Amino acid sequence: MFDSLLQTLGLTSLSLKGFGPLLMEGTWMTIKLAVMSLLVSVLLGLLGASAKLSSSKALRIPAQVYTTLIRGVPDLVLMLLIFYSLQTWLSNLTDALDWDYIEIDPFAAGVITLGFIYGAYFTETFRGAILAVPRGQAEAATAYGLTRGQRFRYVIFPQMMRFALPGIGNNWQVMLKATALVSLIGLADLVKNAQDAGKSTYELFYFLVLAALIYLLITSASNVVLRRLERRYSAGTREAVR
Amino acid sequence: MIELLQEYWKAFLYTDGVNMTGLAMTLWLLSASIFIGFFLSIPLSIARVSRKFWVRWPVQFYTYVFRGTPLYIQLLICYTGIYSLEAVRDQAVLGPFFRNAMNCTLLAFALNTCAYTTEIFAGAIRSMNHGEVEAAKAYGLRGWKLYAYVIMPSALRRSLPYYSNEVILMLHSTTVAFTATIPDILKVARDANSATFMTFQSFGIAALIYLAITFTLVGLFRLAERRWLAFLGPAH
Repeated sequence: MFDSLLQTLGLTSLSLKGFGPLLMEGTWMTIKLAVMSLLVSVLLGLLGASAKLSSSKALRIPAQVYTTLIRGVPDLVLMLLIFYSLQTWLSNLTDALDWDYIEIDPFAAGVITLGFIYGAYFTETFRGAILAVPRGQAEAATAYGLTRGQRFRYVIFPQMMRFALPGIGNNWQVMLKATALVSLIGLADLVKNAQDAGKSTYELFYFLVLAALIYLLITSASNVVLRRLERRYSAGTREAVR
Repeated sequence: MIELLQEYWKAFLYTDGVNMTGLAMTLWLLSASIFIGFFLSIPLSIARVSRKFWVRWPVQFYTYVFRGTPLYIQLLICYTGIYSLEAVRDQAVLGPFFRNAMNCTLLAFALNTCAYTTEIFAGAIRSMNHGEVEAAKAYGLRGWKLYAYVIMPSALRRSLPYYSNEVILMLHSTTVAFTATIPDILKVARDANSATFMTFQSFGIAALIYLAITFTLVGLFRLAERRWLAFLGPAH
């Protein structure tokens, strides 16, 4: 459809040469990867933040080590380290147990590693946001007899989100761009498919620019969603400026 | 582990015997791109906050594109994409320029970090205290002098915390250079891994080196902040 449209417009040089579906698949893979990693990292971030804010040293110290180490090492290095080491350990294990060789699925590995890495960034975001909620709110919730879960769900979380959203948006954008690196561990994402299409049509420049535009589209769309969310979670607060 | 270190410590730190590799290469990539990005971003950030639409808009578009796409794609476009165009290959100046991996990598890195730095500095210029600028104007400063003596010194100081963040993110981003055959720390780790199959150790050493650079940078920036941002702290 896209190609015939180009033909009627006389822009045949912009044709996708039958690689449209491949690009679509890649885009879908990138979005899936980013969203799944977001879920994992938000979960890890909430856990990490509560560990960091807990009164028990046994929880605080590992969380501190986790965020410091992960945020100090480049995501690509961690990705290769985790991905290849997981594979080696797994094959050692299967060798030792005399099982068949299990190959780690690159998608699962990508989600686990990205989630694990960005969980550290989310930990810091959520820790700051929870601290920004006035203490009296939690105390009042306890005074009303809310359980720990209810207190978090109905009192802390809705107020915390307002402070966390700018950070969440930032982390999401960084993570979305980091998914481009997963093509290096063999996942057929947008970058990989654009490269393949470009190599087989000798139009590498065109397909890479197209991939860049798709990323731009996704980041712009997520900006719009984030702005909406920010407005929603800021309901009931006044802004001095603007 | 010991054998791995014995065989590869030199490559991890500075040379494989012929070329500059490892830590030295990573630091070179980082400092060169940060240096170019810094000096380009100063005029660009001033243009970014301009009241004139046609001055502001091109810079805004540039930062929007470079901050909205992954650095890896930008590097691929610079390194493989542009050189695949016949018009560039046959051109006398551009052809040799884009055939060189280092040129392409530095171009992509510098343009990328410049886009982020421009936004950081522009944000700092925008949050200038009105009184400061008014006082400077009252003293007769205008045009480039107003920027050179009052606005930029103040804006650059106040952007230091954000700038330090960007430098560290850039350090982390230099790791994609190995895809353009640049022998940085990660490339050495990959080579060591494929030669010895000691995966965890090879990448682990690389991770430790990066960690050490990050901590050093954080420490240096903390010193810089103590020196240049002392006026923002509590009064003694």
